[in-house]
Amino acid sequence: MAQGDTHQQGSGSAPEGAPEHDAHHAPDHGSDHGEAGFWRTYVFSVDHKVIGIQYTITGFLFLLFGFCLMLLMRWQIANPGEALPVIGRWFGDDTMPGGIMLPEFYNQLGAMHGTIMVFLGVVPLAFGGFGNYVVPLQIGAPDMAFPRLNMASYWVYFVGGIVMLASFFVPGGAAQSGWTSYPPLAVINPTGQTVWLFGMALLITSSLLGSVNFITTIVQLRAPGLTWTRLPFFVWAQLVTAFLLLLAFPPLEAAAFMQLMDRLADTSFFLPSGLVVGGAVLDQVSGGGSPILWQHLFWFLAHPEVYVLILPAMGIVAEVIANNTRKPLWGYSSMVYSVWAIGFMSFIVWAHHMFLTGMGTVMNAFFQTTTMIISVPSVIILTCLILSLWGGSIRFSVPMLFALAFLPMFGIGGLTGLPLGLAAADIHLHDTYYVIGHFHYVVAPGTIFALFAGIYYWFPKATGRKMSTWLGHLHFWPSFVAMNLIFFPMFIQGMQGMQRRLFDGGATYAHTQGVLHWNTVIMVAAWTMALFQLPFIFNFFWSIWKGEKVSENPWQATTLEWQAPSPPPHGNFAQVPSVHRGPYDYSVPGADRDFTPQTDRGPEPIPAE
Amino acid sequence: MSSVIPYTVEARPDTGLNNVKIGIWLFLASEVMLFGALFASYILLRVGAPTWPRGADILNVPLATVNTLVLISSSVTMVMSWASLVKKDFGRFRLFMGGTVLLGFVFLGIKYIEYSTKFHHGLLPSSSTFLAIYFTLTGLHGLHVIGGMAVNAYLWGPGASMWKQNPQQFTNRVETAGLFWHFVDLVWIFLFPVLYLL
Repeated sequence: MAQGDTHQQGSGSAPEGAPEHDAHHAPDHGSDHGEAGFWRTYVFSVDHKVIGIQYTITGFLFLLFGFCLMLLMRWQIANPGEALPVIGRWFGDDTMPGGIMLPEFYNQLGAMHGTIMVFLGVVPLAFGGFGNYVVPLQIGAPDMAFPRLNMASYWVYFVGGIVMLASFFVPGGAAQSGWTSYPPLAVINPTGQTVWLFGMALLITSSLLGSVNFITTIVQLRAPGLTWTRLPFFVWAQLVTAFLLLLAFPPLEAAAFMQLMDRLADTSFFLPSGLVVGGAVLDQVSGGGSPILWQHLFWFLAHPEVYVLILPAMGIVAEVIANNTRKPLWGYSSMVYSVWAIGFMSFIVWAHHMFLTGMGTVMNAFFQTTTMIISVPSVIILTCLILSLWGGSIRFSVPMLFALAFLPMFGIGGLTGLPLGLAAADIHLHDTYYVIGHFHYVVAPGTIFALFAGIYYWFPKATGRKMSTWLGHLHFWPSFVAMNLIFFPMFIQGMQGMQRRLFDGGATYAHTQGVLHWNTVIMVAAWTMALFQLPFIFNFFWSIWKGEKVSENPWQATTLEWQAPSPPPHGNFAQVPSVHRGPYDYSVPGADRDFTPQTDRGPEPIPAE
Repeated sequence: MSSVIPYTVEARPDTGLNNVKIGIWLFLASEVMLFGALFASYILLRVGAPTWPRGADILNVPLATVNTLVLISSSVTMVMSWASLVKKDFGRFRLFMGGTVLLGFVFLGIKYIEYSTKFHHGLLPSSSTFLAIYFTLTGLHGLHVIGGMAVNAYLWGPGASMWKQNPQQFTNRVETAGLFWHFVDLVWIFLFPVLYLL
């Protein structure tokens, strides 16, 4: 194995003004070795960078699709029973006869919006996309530990996604029992639910393969000198995320298997005795099952899953903030301990989603306590990120705008989680729009903004070009306003008692009449949000070919990925990097520049007090 | 420009592990969670049930006892096959690995007899929650037995050609497959008393 120091940065990179070999290619450069054909280079590649890009593009497409489902729902909520102009005519009579949405179709949109956004959009993007592309580069590795397993995990995800999309076209339509698929309803609902269960099995398998790969890679393939305490926070976050996926998903796999048995083999894992459906007793099943069992198994995964949604985002924000404040992260070790604490605690809070199931006060008290405790490491991480700004030389680049916005948005999301985590307050708020506002604040202006930050930040590494800053601003500012106009009113509606999953937007209830007008505000904000994603989509693709060309380290960053060429070739580094310092040596006193890459030897930084 | 992944065969000094060994232990951790969830479901269903049958009243304890001995023996032969490779005795490896696969077939054969007898008597997964969890637990376990046997058969057959080019890597592969096989055996060691004896 080649050992080598890199005294000058970027050895093996193309010099400035390199010939236009990167001008017309997709941002992966697989065609460096001419022998592999088109399919092995761009489609069935085992290179982590190609796979990362595949995950990213596929993830964004699903995010867009899930977004469109929500846009349809928002029309119905704001204008229940009215025909959707123009677009409404595209749907058939079994979904929107005359352009008017059927309740069953609304429920399908709701269940699939959640499923697609969480399992097909955000996680593949945050973990599969950013994780695959950046982690091997940031640890100085030539690729993931198991490249073929990596390729397999992408394609299993892809097939799982196709299966989920196909569920819209089976008789009875897609799954319509919420992304949570609670029995008994999920067991007796039409075929789409069976397709959903098979799709989930494929997606879970993909995640498991990926998580094995990530953990092995981070443990085994760190470059010489890259000790644990020199690891970028992004890599720590991805490591904990991988453990969550590895250990939390299998119970849902077991539960999905059992629900399939209930639907296909007439078992009664989740069907209680004496169940009456449509006026008739369900007598071909044995009964004796427990709907609560499903809830326990589902939430055992789904709670760690929400930390899977947020941790990579925190990792991205940490990298962007350190780079754009030109100073080290404040409280790096606290952040690392906190991310492990979150990981561990996330396994023992799940039943705060079940406070109203009648579990009893002892169970409620236990889970309320653990839920309050888990807020501590989350606040520590957010505080460290905010304190990292203090005394910084802040550069308001487009990635930094999104990273800065993440901070208060995640703050609102996190704080609104507190009354939900207290069982007494949850009596009023459970299953209301307050919950929807809470978790969307964390995921939408939280995680998704962090993902945008990551795209703008690492795009130059993947393509050798920068995205347009002007279009970045046109994307950021309206999106930031729109996000808040969409989700803040939901807290108001929720506190008024407006329930979730109402296909008519709450129109039939007396207690919601005073807050119904917000539905129109939310709808307009959502459609505006859609409009201002167009600059981003255009910017992304246009910049691949026409963006301003950059060298390997346009952001003047310290971490290892910026030592590789932009884009990196197969194997990433000409020689194995040798690491001599921590990940955030910005503004080291006595250094000649305001950043000192991890591979630089040179004088040791003056230790902090 | 090297894209060779380090530590695929030789161990990394500070962890003392090669990549595949870490990988398989991580995978086994996820499998513990998978079967753990099913065992937890068994507990929840049994605790919540007004009545619960004795395993021996419905299931064939003698046959399952034989199956337990069959699986334990197959774990022994599995270790012997790996040890033979360490001692560079390819012939004995073939013998013991073949024995492992054969014992796997015996296990599946006995399971087939058990299942078909149940179905013949109208005892289906839908008949009771006990039978539902019995068929699900043993069925998922059986699928894992089949998977393990497929890998073992591959290593016994076409996969064994790696012994000539890279004996160390082949030995590692057999060790890894052995770890999975021992896990499958261990799950049965829990399944048997829980379902059949309690």
